[in-house]
Amino acid sequence: MTIKVQAEDFDVGAELVALTDGDHGVGGLCSFVGLVRDMAGTEPIGAMTLEHYPGMTEKALVEIEAEACERWPLSSTLIIHRYGRLEPGDRIVLVAAASAHREAAFDGCHFLIDWLKTRAPFWKLEDTPDGGQWVSARADDDKAAARWAAASDKTEAAE
Amino acid sequence: MKLLYFAWVREKTGIGEETITMPEGVTTVEDLVSWMITRGGGFEAAFADKSTVRVAVNQEYAKIDWPVTDDDEIAFFPPVTGG
Repeated sequence: MTIKVQAEDFDVGAELVALTDGDHGVGGLCSFVGLVRDMAGTEPIGAMTLEHYPGMTEKALVEIEAEACERWPLSSTLIIHRYGRLEPGDRIVLVAAASAHREAAFDGCHFLIDWLKTRAPFWKLEDTPDGGQWVSARADDDKAAARWAAASDKTEAAE
Repeated sequence: MKLLYFAWVREKTGIGEETITMPEGVTTVEDLVSWMITRGGGFEAAFADKSTVRVAVNQEYAKIDWPVTDDDEIAFFPPVTGG
């Protein structure tokens, strides 16, 4: 279970290799990389600045990982999230989940990014031709996260 | 109590962080938000639409009826947009 909140870029390959290195019980490793797009809707953006809440951000990510590990049999998980000024094409986030079998790795990884998007205290400020614009929370992200909440309710109801 | 402001809430209030003595009559998150509005200016603007502001007490998401004390760290911010 690894959490990194950092300004600097990361090496996706090296991070994924390190995550499962030496653990021969792992049969599948699933990862997601989030990148800065050059468009915000129909507006081009020159860059974005990611703000976070030092202390709470790390705490929230630890809780998100713990929740994933409770729901699926994961051997290891990784969340790296950057802050500061980023340009189109830059990596923002890497999440990964490893498990004995692929289903848990896929679901765990998907859950990590969906849950992170609606719970981890990060805020994006985009540089647009009209000046700095704070990104609004998207209803689609809430829907994506709610899907996992519904899945959890089903599990509880079945118990 | 220590108060923190992030993203556009910080821009509207004009400060990122301050330490205040808990205002008289404040016992819950809701009381504190109501008191914020009475400060006027940027604070009133930041909290004008309460539904757009999230609150954390000691780095945990807080509900509106949570109690607050003078020893707490309380943060105000918009819905999160990371990832």
